[in-house]
Amino acid sequence: MSVKQPIRPSRSRLSLTQREAVYAYVFLAVPLLFFAVIRFYPAIQSLRLSTFTWHVDPARRTFIGLQYYEELLRNDVFHQALINTLLYAVITVPVSIALGLGIAILLQAVAKGRGVFRAIYFAPYITPAVAIAWVWGWMYNVNFGIFNRIIIEWWEFVERIGLPWLAIEPQRFLRDPEVALPAVAVVIIWQQLGFQVVIFLAGLQGIPRVYYEAARIDGANPWQLFRHITFPLLNPVLVFATVITTINALQLFDQIVNINFTNQGGPLNRTLSIALYMYQEAFGRARMGYAAAVTVVLFLIILIITLIQLRLTQRRVEY
Amino acid sequence: MTRTLRIALVLGLLTGLSLSLAQVRLTYWQYEFGTKVALIDELIEEFNAANPDIIVEQETFPFDAYPQRVAAATAAGQGPDVVNLFYGWTAAWRRAGYIEPLPQQYFDHEWIESYFVPMVGGVKFGGEYYGLPTAVRALALFYNKDQFQEVGLDPDAPPQTWAEFVEMAQALTIARGPLFTRIGYGPGGQDHHLIRTVLTNQLGTPPYSADNREVLYGGEIGAEALRVWTDWQLVDRIGELEFVPGGSGYRIGFMNEGNISMIIDGSFAIAQIRNAAEFEWGVAELPTFDNGVRANYGSFWMNSLTPRAYENEARLEAAARFTRFLTQEDVMLRWLDAVGELPASANLVADPELLTDPVFGPFIAGLAYAEATPFVDELAQRNTMINAYNRVLLEGMDPAASIAIAAQEDQALLDEFAD
Repeated sequence: MSVKQPIRPSRSRLSLTQREAVYAYVFLAVPLLFFAVIRFYPAIQSLRLSTFTWHVDPARRTFIGLQYYEELLRNDVFHQALINTLLYAVITVPVSIALGLGIAILLQAVAKGRGVFRAIYFAPYITPAVAIAWVWGWMYNVNFGIFNRIIIEWWEFVERIGLPWLAIEPQRFLRDPEVALPAVAVVIIWQQLGFQVVIFLAGLQGIPRVYYEAARIDGANPWQLFRHITFPLLNPVLVFATVITTINALQLFDQIVNINFTNQGGPLNRTLSIALYMYQEAFGRARMGYAAAVTVVLFLIILIITLIQLRLTQRRVEY
Repeated sequence: MTRTLRIALVLGLLTGLSLSLAQVRLTYWQYEFGTKVALIDELIEEFNAANPDIIVEQETFPFDAYPQRVAAATAAGQGPDVVNLFYGWTAAWRRAGYIEPLPQQYFDHEWIESYFVPMVGGVKFGGEYYGLPTAVRALALFYNKDQFQEVGLDPDAPPQTWAEFVEMAQALTIARGPLFTRIGYGPGGQDHHLIRTVLTNQLGTPPYSADNREVLYGGEIGAEALRVWTDWQLVDRIGELEFVPGGSGYRIGFMNEGNISMIIDGSFAIAQIRNAAEFEWGVAELPTFDNGVRANYGSFWMNSLTPRAYENEARLEAAARFTRFLTQEDVMLRWLDAVGELPASANLVADPELLTDPVFGPFIAGLAYAEATPFVDELAQRNTMINAYNRVLLEGMDPAASIAIAAQEDQALLDEFAD
C-alpha cells in the first residue's frame, strides 16, 4: 500500500504572506519611483543649487559653498520673515484647532441639518485662496472696507446724537505694521476652519457611544466627559490636524501675496513669510542660489518642528 | 502621370521641404497687456509675410508670473528667442543669463546712439547694449476736469507748482470723519519713482552719481523730497496710499470709481483711461517747486535676445532682424496710437505736432528732461524706497532718518552689484 503524498504547494521559498508582500512592494515601487524622481531629485538639486551662484548656463555658475547660508544668518529681512512665519504658526494652529474642535463638538449635538452646517463651514476651504485674499483685502480697506464702513457709520451716528466719546476709531488693518500679521492670520484661520471641523467631526463619530453612557452613569459632567473620553480618544485626529495645520502655516504664500498686492509681504515686511521671501529672491531678484538656500532652511525648520510635534503627541489611547 | 509632371512634383516637394527646413521658427515672449499683445500679433503677421524664411510666434503670460516663466523656461532650454522685459530688470536678468548682449554686427552702437532717445543708455552694461525699445514712457499728471469744475477750479489750468497742486487737491478732497470719500491726489505704484528721481532732481540732486556707484539722495535734499511727499498724506491730507486696493487701484479710482481726482501715472495708462473714463480728463506736465526746475522719470520695456537666439548664426540673424523690425519708426507710430507709449526714436519724439497734442504733449515735453534711473536690482531698490516712505507714514519716523536708512540699503545694493 503506497502512502498518499500530501499535495505540495508550489515550489517557492516564500510563504503565502511573504508572496503577497512581494506583490505589494512591486506595485508600490512604481509610484515610489515616480515620487522619488518628482520630489526627492529636485530637493537634492535645490540643495546643490544653494551652493552655487545662479546662471542658466551651468558652466557659468561658480561654487561658493555655504556663503548664501552665511548671508541668510546676517540678513534682517530673512530674520523678519522667520519671525513672521513662526508667528503665523503660533497664532493660526492653536486657534483654528480649538475653534474647529469646539464647532465640531457643537455640531455633533445637532441631529438635523448637520450636513448643511458642515457644508457651510467647509465652503471657505474649497474657495480659491486668491479670491479669498482679494475679498478680505477689500474688507480690510481703510476707506471703503466693510469693517471701517460700519465703524464710520457708527462714528457719524454718535456724532449726531451728541455722544462723540462713544466713537470707535477706524482701524488701519493692513496698513498698520503691528496689526497686519494678525489680520492675515484671521483670514487663514477663517479659511481653514472648515477643514478642522470636518476631520474633527469624523473623529468624534469614531468614539463609541458606550463610553459616554458608562461615564454618565458614573456621574461625569460634560467637562469630565470631554477631558477623559473625547480628548484622549481624538488624539490621532488631533495629531494629524496639528501637524498638517503647522506645515501649512509654515509654508504660507497665496493669501499673503494677494491680500496686499501693492506691497507684498506687508507694510515694512511685517507680513512677509519665508515662502514669499524665497519667491521674491528667486524671481524678483533672479537669485536662485540664495533662494534655494532659503528653501533648505525652511525644509529643516518644518522637519524639526514636525518631528518634535510627533514626538510630543504620539500616544496610543485605548479603553 | 507624365514624366514632366512627376519631375515638377518632386522639385516642388524638395523646394517646399528645403524652405521649411531653412525656415527659422522664433518665439517672442511678452507679458499680457491687451493693446500690446494685439498690436504685436498684427506686426508678427506682417513680418512673417515679408520674411518667408522666418516664422515668429508670440506667447504671453500674466504680468505677475512673467519673470517666473522666463526664469524657469530659459533654465530648461525652452525659453523664447526674443524676450520683452522692463529695462529695470536688465542688470538682474543679465547676471542670471536670461538675456545676452545685442550682437554688434547687427546692432551698431553708433546707430543706436543716434537713432534712439538718450535714456536707452540705461541698458548698456559692460560696453554692450542689452535691448532696444519700441516705445518709452514718462510721467505726467492726469486730472479730472469735471471734478475741477465742480469745486470751482479752472479745468484748463492744472497746477503748475507743487504748492498749487496741494491747494487744488485739498479743494477736491471730500473727507468723512477721519476717512475720505474722495481724495485730491491718489498715490500709487509710480510714487517711489516720483520721490527717488523727480523730487530729488527738482530739489537739486540726481538720485545716483553719474557712474551709478554712489547714492546721492541720503542727505538733506533726499530728506526734503521724502518730507514733501509724505506731508501730502500726513499734513496736507490730500490723499492716501492704497485708497483703492490693488496694484492699479490708484488708476481704477481715477478712471472708474471717480473717487480720486488726480494721479501721477505713465503714458502707458493713456489707452486704459481713454477707454474707461466717462468724464472729461486732462493731462499736465509734472508740477515743479518754486525754483522752476523740471524733472521726470522715464522708463521703457525693451526687446532682448536670449541665449537660445545665439544657438546658430541663422537663428541669431533672424532674431536680430525681428528685433530691428520692432524698432522701425512706423511701428513706433502705430504703437503710439494703439498703446499710448511714446516713440523711442529721437527723431519722432522731436515732432512738433506731437508736442501740441493735448494728451501726448505733456508726456513728450516730460520726455525731453526725463531720466531713466539705472537700476541694478529693481525689486530691491523699489522696496527700499517703499519702506522709506512707509516708515514715515506708518511708524512716524522722521523723513531724514528714514531716507538715510534707505540710502544705506541702496548703497549696499550698488556696492554688491559693482563687485
